[in-house]
Amino acid sequence: MPLDAQSSNAAGLNVAVLVSIGRHPLTARTRRADQDARAVEMALSLKGASVNLMHAGQHDSDHEEAIRGYLGMGIEEVRLLEQMPEADVVPVLTDALRASSPQLVLTGTRAETGEGSGILPYLLAEALGWPVINGLAAVEKVEKGVATVLQALPRGKRRRLRVRLPAIATVDTSAPSARQSAFGPARRGEFDVQPHASEADAALTQWQIQPARKRPKRLKVIKSSSARDRFKAAAAKSDGGGGQLLNDVTPEQGAEAIFKLLREEGVLR
Amino acid sequence: MSELVRRDPRKEWIARNRLHSQHLEVLAEIGGNAVATEWMGPNGLTRRNPHAVGFTGPNGIRRIDRSGASHAAHTNARSTQSQDSRRSVTIDTPSFMVAVVPDMAGGRLSGHDRDLLGLARQLADADPDNPGAVLAILYGEHKETTFDEAGIDRLLHLEGEQFDGYTPENRIAALQGVDREIAPRYWLLPDSTQGGGELGRRLSVRLGERAASQVWQVEADSDSDTGWRCTTRGAAGTTDIVRALPRVVIALAECADPITETRHAAEPIELSQDLPNVLGRIEDIGEVAVDPASVSLAEAEFILSAGNGVKDWDNYHHAADILGATKGASRVAVDDGHMPRDRQVGATGTWVSAKVYVAVGISGAIQHLQGIQTCEKVVAINLDEGCDMVKRADLAVIGDANAILAALVERVEQFRAEQEGSRDAA
Repeated sequence: MPLDAQSSNAAGLNVAVLVSIGRHPLTARTRRADQDARAVEMALSLKGASVNLMHAGQHDSDHEEAIRGYLGMGIEEVRLLEQMPEADVVPVLTDALRASSPQLVLTGTRAETGEGSGILPYLLAEALGWPVINGLAAVEKVEKGVATVLQALPRGKRRRLRVRLPAIATVDTSAPSARQSAFGPARRGEFDVQPHASEADAALTQWQIQPARKRPKRLKVIKSSSARDRFKAAAAKSDGGGGQLLNDVTPEQGAEAIFKLLREEGVLR
Repeated sequence: MSELVRRDPRKEWIARNRLHSQHLEVLAEIGGNAVATEWMGPNGLTRRNPHAVGFTGPNGIRRIDRSGASHAAHTNARSTQSQDSRRSVTIDTPSFMVAVVPDMAGGRLSGHDRDLLGLARQLADADPDNPGAVLAILYGEHKETTFDEAGIDRLLHLEGEQFDGYTPENRIAALQGVDREIAPRYWLLPDSTQGGGELGRRLSVRLGERAASQVWQVEADSDSDTGWRCTTRGAAGTTDIVRALPRVVIALAECADPITETRHAAEPIELSQDLPNVLGRIEDIGEVAVDPASVSLAEAEFILSAGNGVKDWDNYHHAADILGATKGASRVAVDDGHMPRDRQVGATGTWVSAKVYVAVGISGAIQHLQGIQTCEKVVAINLDEGCDMVKRADLAVIGDANAILAALVERVEQFRAEQEGSRDAA
């Protein structure tokens, strides 16, 4: 994407990326989370910015393997704020961000494990008093403490925003995809493990968590007084033949009809 | 005109008595002055007029419906037209409020919004003795006219320049004001990328509630504190979390059925206090023109797709550039090497959801038609009138694809020139 691929000059910018443990959708193995990896990619594409990775969670071999996936993208060190399993990571992340005071915090939209509600960036922003934007597609420029960024909208559209730094931005799948993780740098990368007191997430214990059930398909309910109409609607094939057919027309007439439809739908710019 | 249908027993008697001298006239009168289709001939034989029966179908062919349904519908046209079976419901003194903030994508209630309003009604109407009211909060201009049919009791329309464009901070401040003044029991927002999901998360944080996001089912549950429990998707859609329904609910599409049987007041209300003006730290500079070629096929809005019928490929690429459409292709075009593999539309390629899909010279293999299932408008340009794509299309033009594309390019260029001209004049 040429529009998003521009790397901007952001010399001296201090970027923190919050990374989490991902889960492969098919094999269910731990991995680097896709959206977080995109956030790391975006941070690395900012020229001259210093990138710091931060992860709050457990410190064991399985999780270390997943975190090394981010290190393999060309990052030397990750800060690991050690927490108990199922702890509330918002307080410890708030303290860590307040202490390190980065100008820009990048993270994925929602985690691939746990509750995955996507509310964490907003909670951090509220606690720190920083603005938060979602769906970051590109950082165009950073000057005088104001970042000009592109926000991804549905249907491939982009919106340009100006945000006062420090700010939190979330990255979703419309951002450029992450580079491969290389094995050597992943092995060489270091962990800065900092044990922190963890707060248990009280509400989580009251919830019932189970494997996802398939959602029931919505039935087409036909509300009609006559049995014949109900039968017709149930037995009907998918609605074909409702369209307009232009036969024996000159190319100009055909083009005019298509042009009219395109105008009505508002796709011509 | 009076809605009452007055019966005339004498005319009915004449209509039953086919030997009556006025039988035919009365039959015609009762049948809405239609031509009589069947009568007794002078020799006692039943005579039929085949030209007077049936109706003209959508393709211009006369259809005869022998079940009698269409004839009945014809004679009852007056009564079916005037009847609207929706029950009208007015809630004057609601015991609580359920607030809904619909997306209003494109200025209209989307299907997702209607599902959410259905869920709101479910929460509001659970106790018939103490009914709640559904409050919808809208920002800025809209084109929707059927708020009453969607199940809205109260409508709060927030207008002002502080809500123009992307202004989440002002919107949240307004919702906070609503929360202080009206204190809804539940806040429902759509978990969509159109802005609802983001607004809901911001609101839940601001109100200090632990929202349930990606809710897809809400059921009554006497064990929970709120009387309701909800099922939400967690961990990237791989787990279900069952929990008590919180105050802020961010729900997925199809979380409940939309309202169809009742009509509600949709009474406009105002806030008594002025909304605070927040010093925004996010400034919206506006939408950016995006190169259509860079948009991924799956999320493109307007696709010009080429198939085996396209012979002049330069002409096709030129047309796509001029129209500003994203390029797609059928499997044949890709296999023949005319288009790259990542542009293939269909079951083996990309499933697209375009607003307008123009299929040039594509006959419509079933795999291809599967891939364009969710497209809103399909235009087919094809030489073969009987092909499946023409059956699927909302507009089909039969003719040489090359000539039609060239004519379309000319027409669009003429339109652009006119626009330029009017802009210069202004």
